[in-house]
Amino acid sequence: MTPEIRGSGALVLGIETSCDETGIGIVRGTTLLANVIASSMEEHARYGGVVPEIAARAHLEALTPALKAALAEADITLDQLDAIAVTSGPGLSGALMVGVGAAKALAVALDKPIYAINHLVGHVGADVLRDDGTEIELPTIALLVSGGHTSLLLVRDLVSDVELLGETIDDAAGEAFDKVARLLGLPYPGGPEIDRVAATGDPAAIRFPRGLSQPKDLEKHRYDFSFSGLKTAVARWVEQKRDAGEPVPVADVAASFREAVTDVLLTKAIAACRDLGVPRLLLGGGVVANARVRELAGVRCADAGIELRIPPLSLCTDNGAMIAVIAAQLIESGHAPSGLSFGADSTLPVTVIQA
Amino acid sequence: MLLAIDTSAGTSVAVVDRDLGTLVEIGEADTRRHAEVIGEAIRSAIERSGVAVSTLSGVAIGMGPGPFTGLRVGIAAAQAFAFGTTKPLVRVVSHDAVAWGHYAAGNGGPLLVVTDARRREVYFSAYWGADGEGLPVRVQGPGLCRPDELADAVDGYHGFERLDAAEVSAASVGLLAEGLYLHRREFAGPEALYLRAPDATVSAGPKRVS
Ligand SMILES: [Zn+2]
Repeated sequence: MTPEIRGSGALVLGIETSCDETGIGIVRGTTLLANVIASSMEEHARYGGVVPEIAARAHLEALTPALKAALAEADITLDQLDAIAVTSGPGLSGALMVGVGAAKALAVALDKPIYAINHLVGHVGADVLRDDGTEIELPTIALLVSGGHTSLLLVRDLVSDVELLGETIDDAAGEAFDKVARLLGLPYPGGPEIDRVAATGDPAAIRFPRGLSQPKDLEKHRYDFSFSGLKTAVARWVEQKRDAGEPVPVADVAASFREAVTDVLLTKAIAACRDLGVPRLLLGGGVVANARVRELAGVRCADAGIELRIPPLSLCTDNGAMIAVIAAQLIESGHAPSGLSFGADSTLPVTVIQA
Repeated sequence: MLLAIDTSAGTSVAVVDRDLGTLVEIGEADTRRHAEVIGEAIRSAIERSGVAVSTLSGVAIGMGPGPFTGLRVGIAAAQAFAFGTTKPLVRVVSHDAVAWGHYAAGNGGPLLVVTDARRREVYFSAYWGADGEGLPVRVQGPGLCRPDELADAVDGYHGFERLDAAEVSAASVGLLAEGLYLHRREFAGPEALYLRAPDATVSAGPKRVS
């Protein structure tokens, strides 16, 4: 009998409040000990999207209960922690500030070092926490897609070398799902609804535009995304049907829209892998929950001889553990803590891994 | 001995004692930098007070009214500090702390506390005076209105001495909390005093694009 191995490395508590999930995670090195998430998603439903002030108010109420729950889940006490980690950006500024204020006070109260972490790099770090024993290989291309961001990254080193290849120039992909769902009379959040309805639709029924995919656009925006034009094209198509008094084939519209988003996401991600000679693609963000995104990623990566990695869904959506694990990696590689004077930066560039 | 925090205007952090009064108070008037300054303010207030965190009896926090984003930074910090040190958290109305300070300085009589709510509005609270223990007796508010509506919003407006406060002192928050505790009065509730609904409109449905 071998004794229970709980992993080695720094014991870190991570606080994530960049959007509508209050996430508290605890890791020891690369071992996940707790991942508690309180979401205010339902409160945003009637508005059809995340309302920043509602999200920030919800964080303030959810933080302490989530902290308690995470400590219980990890079965540790606060004094055992080696460090506190917190998302300092990018994200909704009022929401980020709740986490930053709490994390700083907790660090001072416990006299522990604090690490201010980049949310997007956290999404990549989530893969370090999977427990199937396979280790993330670098460099990798990472495609991060959620309601708040759509980014394509080149990750050479988790704690020192992350490069932004491209991002959305208008709506995030998740936002487009929400808007099209509303157009089709489906509830918020749109991702799972579109996914459900699309299951019985024909993805080839309507050829919706693929944003920034024309040769002219590719020159300037090879790895950038745009979903605003797609959203408008879907709206126009649906309006024409309705104006003509014809029924709207909701399943076909949903499937064709989902196909357009998925196609452009993966075409650009695979192009990045090929162009840069990096045969690895990592997915992250809530949109990974979408069945078609996972499926098409599998097919395209297999065709191109690219290794595909998708962390477990509970680590793909926003969470505190992914923030904690980046701090644990920073500690392991000898990086000094962030000090106490960093602020919340809603547009923190991905190259700033630690603020 | 309490650590006291208020971010309903600027950022103010203090360590106070019922008998010794204010041991240290640190203030930053900037109303846009709460998240940046809160950690260092707490750390240096404790360090300069010479008090060990373990000897604090609790944390006092001003719950507003105040502009949301900054107000929340202080409340989040106070909650987390109390949680981290397993000390009780006690809450006061920030305007009550302003009134407490006014009366503690030897003033008396009816008082109207007014603070900036941004977006061309003000927060207000009205007090008859201090009671026998020196604790302010709030009779109206906290409320929210346009500056030119104050006279209508406050009953007997002209009978109150008006105090426009640009800052809320954490030391006053802490000493008021000590007084409330000593005389077994009620603290404020757990809800932040936003006094405004979040900016959000329920959409009537998607707009036409063609
Ligand atoms: Zn995210």
